[in-house]
Order: sequence, then C-alpha cells, then structure tokens
Amino acid sequence: MNATFRIWLTADVTTSPWQARLQRAYFGWRRLSGNRLTMFGLAVLVFLVMVAALAPLIAPEGYDAQDLAKRLAAPSAAHWLGTDDLGRDVLARMVYGTRVTLMIACLVALIAAPLGLLIGTAAGYFGGWVDIVLMRINDVFLSFPGLILALGFVAALGPGIRNAVIAIALTAWPPIARLARAETLTLRNADYIAAVRIQGASALRIILRHVVPMCLPSVVVRITLNMAGIIITAAGLGFLGLGAQPPMPEWGAMLSSGRAHLSGAWWISAVPGLAILITSLAFNLLGDGLRDVLDPRSDS
Amino acid sequence: MTAQLVVEDLQVRFHTARRVVEAVRGVSFTVGREKVGVVGESGSGKSMTARAILRLSPPQARVTAKTLQFNEIDLLASTERQMLKVRGRRISMIMQDPKFALDPVMRVGDQIAEAIPADRRGSRAQDRERVLAMLDSVHIRDPKRVYELYPHEVSGGMGQRIMIAMMLMPEPSLLIADEPTSALDVTVRMRVLAILDELVAQRHLGLIFISHDLNLVASFCDRVLIMYAGRIVEECVAGKLAHAQHPYTRGLLASLPRVGDTRARLPVLTRDPAWLSS
Amino acid sequence: MHVSILKGIARQASSVSTTLLGLLALTFFMGRMLPIDPVLAIVGDQADQATYDMVHRQLGLDKPLYVQFYLYIRSMLSGDFGNALFTGHRVADDLLKVFPATVELATFAIMIGVGIGVPLGILAAVYRGSIIDHVARVVGLLGYSSPTFWLGLMGLILFYATLDWVGGPGRLDVAFVDSIPTHTGFMTVDALWEGDMDVFWNAVSHIVLPGCILGYGSMAYISRMTRSFMLEQLAQEYIVAARVKGLSGWAVIRRHAFRNILVQLVTVITLAYAFLLEGAVLTETVFAWPGFGHYLVAGLLAGDMNAVLACVLIVGIIFIGLNLITDLLYRLLDPRTR
Repeated sequence: MNATFRIWLTADVTTSPWQARLQRAYFGWRRLSGNRLTMFGLAVLVFLVMVAALAPLIAPEGYDAQDLAKRLAAPSAAHWLGTDDLGRDVLARMVYGTRVTLMIACLVALIAAPLGLLIGTAAGYFGGWVDIVLMRINDVFLSFPGLILALGFVAALGPGIRNAVIAIALTAWPPIARLARAETLTLRNADYIAAVRIQGASALRIILRHVVPMCLPSVVVRITLNMAGIIITAAGLGFLGLGAQPPMPEWGAMLSSGRAHLSGAWWISAVPGLAILITSLAFNLLGDGLRDVLDPRSDS
Repeated sequence: MTAQLVVEDLQVRFHTARRVVEAVRGVSFTVGREKVGVVGESGSGKSMTARAILRLSPPQARVTAKTLQFNEIDLLASTERQMLKVRGRRISMIMQDPKFALDPVMRVGDQIAEAIPADRRGSRAQDRERVLAMLDSVHIRDPKRVYELYPHEVSGGMGQRIMIAMMLMPEPSLLIADEPTSALDVTVRMRVLAILDELVAQRHLGLIFISHDLNLVASFCDRVLIMYAGRIVEECVAGKLAHAQHPYTRGLLASLPRVGDTRARLPVLTRDPAWLSS
Repeated sequence: MHVSILKGIARQASSVSTTLLGLLALTFFMGRMLPIDPVLAIVGDQADQATYDMVHRQLGLDKPLYVQFYLYIRSMLSGDFGNALFTGHRVADDLLKVFPATVELATFAIMIGVGIGVPLGILAAVYRGSIIDHVARVVGLLGYSSPTFWLGLMGLILFYATLDWVGGPGRLDVAFVDSIPTHTGFMTVDALWEGDMDVFWNAVSHIVLPGCILGYGSMAYISRMTRSFMLEQLAQEYIVAARVKGLSGWAVIRRHAFRNILVQLVTVITLAYAFLLEGAVLTETVFAWPGFGHYLVAGLLAGDMNAVLACVLIVGIIFIGLNLITDLLYRLLDPRTR
C-alpha cells in the first residue's frame, strides 16, 4: 500500500463520509484478520468457492460419468477418493457437490435475509397491530425446529432442489426478523429518525435508508452463524432424498447412497459428511469472528 | 498501640499483553485497634490495597511486599487454605453496594448465617438465634421478618447494615470498609456510620475506612492516609489535617466547600506530574 | 405473589392460544399446498365422476375454506388426526406407539448433555483461558458443525461394525424383540420391571450410541451456555463478598454462583430437550429406531400427508408447551420476579 494512501486511511480526522466508511472497513478488517480461527474459516470458504467455480477444470469428466466395472473402488491414484456404487468418481462428485451446497446456501441467505429484515423492521417501526400480527406469525414459525418445518413444506411442495431451498428459507427468516425487530425498536426513538421524519421522508424511505443499514451488521453475523445449520438441514433433506434429485451430486444425498456399503466402501459416506462438517465449521468460525468485530456486546 | 496489620512496600501489578500497570506502588502503613482512613480518588489504588491484604486480588494481579503481616500470620506467604482461616475470622471487609454484594437468590438471614465459621456452628436454631442477635446489634427492628427477606426487598441503608452484620458475624479483629456509604443517600449515611462506630468501639476492632470523601474520613477516623496514583502521599492524625504538607492534600482541602466560606470560587486541584514519582 | 403469577399465566395463555391457532392455520395451509388432488389419491384416476363427487363431499372439500378450517381445528384438538395410509392405523394410535421410543432416546441424550455439558461449562468458566476452556470450546464448535446423521453412520461403522462395542440399529437385537410385555414403552424401564437383565443390557447397548450422538449436540449447546452464565456470575461483587466471609473457591461456586445460574440453566435445558426432537428425526432414521422421527420420515416418503402434518403439528404444540413451562419455571424459581 503506498504511503499517502495509508496515511489517508489511518487519518484521525476524516473529511468525507466515503473516507470514514472506508476507514471503518479497514479497521474492521484488521481486527478480523487478527483472529486466526476466523481467518481459517474464511480461507476454507474462499477455497470452496474457488473449487466450485473451477469445477469443470478440476473434474473435466463431470459428475455423472459412470463406469460400472469400477464400482466401489478404493481410493487410488486414478480416483483420489474412490468410486461410488455406480462407478462415478467420488472426488468429481464432491467437487460439483460444492456448487450445489454453496448455491443452496446463497439462495437461502438471499431469500431469508431480506424477507426477515423487511418483516422485522416493519414490525418494529410501525408497532401496534402490524407488530402484533407479524410477531404472531413469527412465533408460529419459530415454534418448529428448522428441519421439521422444512420437512413439512417439502412434503407439501414435493421433492426437488427448488422446493428444498424455499422450504429452508421459510425456516431461516424468523430469527432474522426477530433480530431486526429488536434493533428497530431501539432505533425507532432516535433523534435522527425523528429529524428525517420531520423532513417529510416516507416510512418506506426511513426504513430502507436509515433503519435497515443499522440492522445489517447483526443480521450478517446471525445469518453467517445460522448458515451452518442451514447447510446441515439441506444435507439432511438430501439424505432423505428430498433435496437435489439424482443424478445431481448433493453431499447429503451422496451420504445416503453410501449407507448400503458402510462395511465395504465406507468412504462414500465418510467423505461428504466430512465436507459438510468442514463447511459448517468454517461458517461458524467466520460468524464468531464477525460477531467479535461487528457486534461486540456478546461474550467471548 | 500495637499494630495488628503491618504493611511494608506493598505493590500490585497487572501484566497485560503490552505493558505493566502498577495499581499500587510501594504502600507502607500499620493499623492497630484504631480507625485509619484511606482517602483517594478513583484509580488511586485504595481498593486494590484492601483486596491485596485479603489476598483477593484479581487472578491477573501480582502482589509483592516486603512485609504483609497480620499479627502472627505472614499474609504473603500464606497458602489459600491458610487464608481461608484468616478471611472473616481475623480480617473482614464490608463492600460498597449491598445491592451487588449480596447474593440475589438467597435470603439475607441465611447469608449472614453462612458467615459463621464452620467450627463455631451449632444447630440451625442456634445459628438462627445468633443471626437474629446480630441483626439486633445493627439496630434492625423486627429481625425475624428481615431474616426471611431477599436482598432486592431491602432498602440501601438496611442492606448496608445487613452487610455489616454479615461481615462482623465471624468476629474479626480488623475490619476493612471499602466505601461503605458511597452508595447510600446522605440522610442514611450518618445512621450507618453511627452503627459502624458503635460496633467498632464495642468490639475493639481495628478499622480501615476507605473513601473518596475527605471530610467524612477526617471526622470519623483517628488517622488519615492520603493515596494518589498508587502511593501514600500523606499520613497524619485526623485532627491535624489542616497542617498537611503534601500539595495534593492541600489542594484537596482547599477545594472543599466550607460553611462560612468567603471565597467566590473554589480552587481546582492542579496535578503536578512530579507527584507520580515522589 | 400468587396474583401476579396467575396474571402472568393468563397473559401467556392468551398469547399461546393465538400462536396455536396460527400453528393450526399453517399446517392446514401446508395440507392444501399439495400439488396433488387428495381425492384422486384415494379414488385413483379410473374412478367415475359420481365416486369422485362422493369422496369430494366426504372429505368436506365442497365446503367453504373457513368451514373446512373450523372442522380441521375441531378434529385436531380432539386428537383425531385421521388415518395413516401407510400403516393402516389411526395416526393418533401410531403416535402413541412411537412416542415412548423417542422420549426414551431423548431422555438418555439430555442426561448426557446435562451430565457432561454442565460440569464442562463450569470448569471452562472457572479455569477460563486454560486448556480445559479451549478443549470445551473445540468440542462445542465441532458439536454445532457436525451433521448428526453422519456422526451416526460413522459411529455405527466404528463402534458397531468394527469394534462391536455396542448394539446395532433398532432398540433390541432381533432375538429379544417382543420378548417382554410393554409397560411404559421404555425398553430399559420395562426390562427392569420384568427383572430381565439380558433384555435390559441389550436395550442399553442399543441406546448408547444413538443416545450419545444425539446428546453430543445438546452437550455442545448446554456447555456453551453454562460457561457464559457462569462467567457472568463470577464477575459479580457478591462472589467476592462470599470469599471475604471465608468460603473456599469451590464452596462459593457451589452455594452462590451455581444457584444463580440455575434458573437460566433450566430454561436452556428445556430448550435443548425440545431441539432433540429435531435431532431425533435423522438419528432415528440412521439407527432404525422406531420412534417419532422415524415415523415422520416414513410417512413423508410414503406421501402420507395425514401422518406428516399430524407430526409437524404435534412438534409445534410440544415446543409451545415447553416454552410455556420454561416461562413458568423462570417465574417460580427466581425470587426477583415474584
């Protein structure tokens, strides 16, 4: 980093909101990168993203190349992680499976976070009947553990990866909404909100431009931490055959297909599970680190 | 007067990742069966000194001293097991805010009873009688009712009297009072102090009275120690405070309002960095 | 004191009933989301119009939606969950049969969760920053991040197939199944009741692995919360005051700190118990444990909406019930809230 840029970045007095924001981001990053476990989690996630993106390069034969002569082969030089019950290369399926898992994670986050934010901030900001009704709905959804509600929705909608994503997203928004509502309640009476209201801003504008940005840090932390659970739930659905349908290589489904061969080709089940573990762990570590930086009120 | 407690060159240090923080830097004093006041602002090290005497400093603190002797016991060399016999039975401490210093989920009577040392316990009924007698000695009317109360159900003044009862239950010979009246209303303060005075006299206790209120300490104690930045900068008899030598003490005295004051403005204490290294 | 508890209960009851109503609405709605025509599922696509109309009327589908909802609520609240197509019995009867198996498993799991989690959490707090603290943290983190169904499979490979230390899937070896009469539905308890030690030890060997794996997740959660609560208490002034009285470190923890975290702990443990229902679904599937979770999955895979929705509803009701209980316990146990 050249010298003048660094001086500008660490100046005590900022001269523009741009500079202030960049400074905050920079110092936040420095705190985050000081935490070794968090960096490990982040590194793992970056690695997974790269694997997913470069899948065709790493496994050019695709995830569906069957070779029944070589079924249930042990790990070897030709097949680093062996082959499964249909002779497909486990490593190739794992690599493409990364895409499936990350896609599910992203889609769920992209649906659940905005939905939860909108509902939570609306409930907190408007109060009264809006609050009561929205929170009652929230309570109903929160009355179910994630997997069971997801199973219910999948039963109603039918199996398939699209329905699985919808089902999981429907279980992921309630904690976000609750969090957003709590934050909004503390912000609602702030002076600057009153000032903007006097200037004639509409409720929508206030919520979107002033309330939501303040809720974002804790929402980001929460959803990162919940991501581990989301991935495990998705894998659980896949394990039951309700998520991605064959031949799509989803880790949970791969785990299930290895059940019949536990005593012989145990790696078919072991490897996907390990991948799920490591991915969840990475999200948990990253979430913990983010929480220390963005939301330091909680204990360590 | 023979000294019960002899402190010589007491130092309390905290070793953090970056530097060493010296909370107490070489404090020396003695306390006999008399009332010694310790006055200082926040951060002067007075509470740390008190905790060090009882060996209850925070785990990250390092306590060293040339001498830290209580009668025949070398406090510095004592193990935790030996200190268990010292705390309560020989030296006790009342703390600032009874709201926080009493266990919120235990009845106050039971908490006082808990202070009775194991070898002096009797049956439940006998212990209860002793607690009631103790509550009586701190002038609590209707001790039977108060015994059953929880800490959040008693007022500040009563809570402090309960604390005094609790900490005097094991019959120590030295009592440390760490800002005992700072959390109380002014009207209640005097009453609590009167009770403390009475008990100290009755039981011939030594008392270390820690406060930030110079006037209060001067009127209550026999001797006064002024602490600043971890050191004792002045030591004198309470009556002779007006003749204090150290500029910090003189500054403190000058900034106190007096009845019949003719000054238009109260002087503000200016700190001299030289005081840090006297 | 009693009036305020009653008022609190009344307030809870009203909010709970609206939540319950919402729950019923949700499950009702889920039942209607089906892309499949429920009439066709019963009559088949060869039936004529008359049969179709008859079944249509029988199922009440010709009535307006709110009437259907009212009928739905009435039957659910009276315990009439309909018939499970894949077992042929009434869902209510099926549930009564499978629940004890899950409760036995969950109870075993929570005993592990509490028995290991609480002491671990306390030690991690008391010896903060030490190796015990780090170990507890790592163990907990792995607990949050592991898929229980995978752990179950790995456990079966290692402890059953390879080492033969524990019994395999199912509650008993095939030889022992149905060998003792059912009293409570808890295999271990029933075996002791009958005095049949062979069955008892067999039942234990079968419950150990799934119970431990299910309990691992609870243990991670409970130990983390215990540590957090304990740290909060140890920083309080009354802890110092207790030591001034001459109490030893551990006596202070036992008599003061621990009693102050009890209320919060009870809440946490109840919640953990509720979450075991979730973990049970997949664990029972992996271990072929004939409990509630296994029933739910079987019903789901068979496309039996009656069974699935009844299960979902029951879980929701249990959750609400457990939350109510924790609220009540909090109010009763903490003297400050009276």
